[in-house]
Amino acid sequence: MQLYHMTAHRLQQMLAKGEISAEELCRSVFQRIDEVEEKIRAYITLDRENALQQAKAVDKARRAGEQLPPLAGIPVAVKDNICTKGLRTTCASKILYNYVPPYDATVMELLHDAQMVLLGKTNMDEFAMGSSCENSGFYPTCNPWDTDRVPGGSSGGSAAAVAAGEAVLALGSDTGGSIRLPAAYCGVVGMKPTYGAVSRYGLVAYASSLDQIGPFARDVTDCALMLNVICGHDPRDSTSVPYDKPDYRTFLTGEIKGMKIGVPREYMGEGIDSAVREIINKAVRVFTDLGAEVEETSLPHSDYALPAYYLIAPAEASSNLARYDGVRYGYRADKSEDVVDMFKKTRSEGFGPEVKRRIMLGTYALSAGYYDAYYNKALKVRTLIKRDFDRALEKYDLLLAPTAPGTAFKRGEKVDDPLQMYMVDICTLAVNLAGIPAISVPAGNVSGLPVGMQLMGKPFGEGEILRAAYAFEQCSGICCQLPD
Amino acid sequence: MISIKEVEHVALLARLELSEEEKEVYTKQLSDILEHARKLQDLDTEGVPPTAHVLPLQNVFREDRVGEHLDIEDVLSNAPEREGDFFKVPRIV
Repeated sequence: MQLYHMTAHRLQQMLAKGEISAEELCRSVFQRIDEVEEKIRAYITLDRENALQQAKAVDKARRAGEQLPPLAGIPVAVKDNICTKGLRTTCASKILYNYVPPYDATVMELLHDAQMVLLGKTNMDEFAMGSSCENSGFYPTCNPWDTDRVPGGSSGGSAAAVAAGEAVLALGSDTGGSIRLPAAYCGVVGMKPTYGAVSRYGLVAYASSLDQIGPFARDVTDCALMLNVICGHDPRDSTSVPYDKPDYRTFLTGEIKGMKIGVPREYMGEGIDSAVREIINKAVRVFTDLGAEVEETSLPHSDYALPAYYLIAPAEASSNLARYDGVRYGYRADKSEDVVDMFKKTRSEGFGPEVKRRIMLGTYALSAGYYDAYYNKALKVRTLIKRDFDRALEKYDLLLAPTAPGTAFKRGEKVDDPLQMYMVDICTLAVNLAGIPAISVPAGNVSGLPVGMQLMGKPFGEGEILRAAYAFEQCSGICCQLPD
Repeated sequence: MISIKEVEHVALLARLELSEEEKEVYTKQLSDILEHARKLQDLDTEGVPPTAHVLPLQNVFREDRVGEHLDIEDVLSNAPEREGDFFKVPRIV
């Protein structure tokens, strides 16, 4: 097996034993990028020179006998809405095409402290708004399993990079499924941590009450290692929660006897592809064989998550994206008569169609006369959705469901019908509204395309999710299946 | 459900300039989405408090001390146009 296809925990051992160097590993990944990037287009910006320098520094430190953090020298890709000091951060938008952040996001400081090697910034739907990576202001990313298909979104570049061997690990962000959906479509592990578990400082805001940064990995162990790096309280993010962060590896025991798992029937209904349901039912049998108690349950307000989300998220977006006005950074339209004309021209030329659509929708939902009927109503429904989860998670340790209603679809298939595109997220949105953690792990294939299983847990219950996901991975043997 | 006139008004509020074609497309698409959102009205939410945020956090305070801050040059280096230490914009009034 080539280095670029290996898991971080295996590479970590090889690095520690001196069987390979970080530079060798870094070169191997860049060689792979040179081979396949033209077809996949996972990246917006590559940082080859700096990556090699970082790798060499790790090798030097190791030779000097320094004690290194566990993921030192492991190459990582980062979604292009996470600020990287001195490295262009575009959010895949023309309006930020030239933005070079003067500071690092907290997660970037943590990756640097862990001495990981930053490869570059990955493609995404513009401002994380989308489910297919087709809304990138630059070019779409292709699914490594079938390049005519989408990788999912919005963190499609990060998912595709990990699946295609163009990165060992990656970071994405998840506002309504933007980590879990592409993880499912690309056959990798992706996790959205509890709201408040990972600092959002330096994450370009889309919908602040829903956004959360999380990892992409080739297996559950790698996911745990990455959580060990990025989780924790940050005084620079007022929504970051002080909590005792465990060592997430300690949950990888394979032991889940007596664990109570609920399968909400609303996530296994007509809207879900029958082949996907079959795979989820097989996964349920794996858990039963492992000694878990699995039974059907209900989250009665599930149907209302989509309309609630598509009012709340655009409302927050319309406010967050007001800052792109051509004054302090990014694109500015020329030949403006006055400042308001400049705002309008800059924003109209700089934003793509989906971003404009959500700004319009959010502005409408917040405007005088509609606030109560739309925005406030959606917030009340959010309470009902959250109560559903609170109730279910009192009875069960975890909830199990498909990550998406189907497998990766063809590029262009849904671009003209926003509502159809939004429907792709029906299994993931509610988790963000409730603020709970959830993972997507590969659970099988349909016609050569990966299917993801979603495990949802209690707030700050990442450990229990990893415990179950790891046991499933070990027992089913489904992991690290990567496309050629 | 939403008229072209309303789309124009919302565009103005959002500081967006839409072409005639965009106005038509958004009128149709926003109407479809809002039609779907009407579903929320079926639910009785009498007495249900709104959730703007899932965390039980109240105000988060810190000491009022000068901390690290960004260098003016670094911040202005992204400015489309500047004059001295200021961001420069077209005529305001």
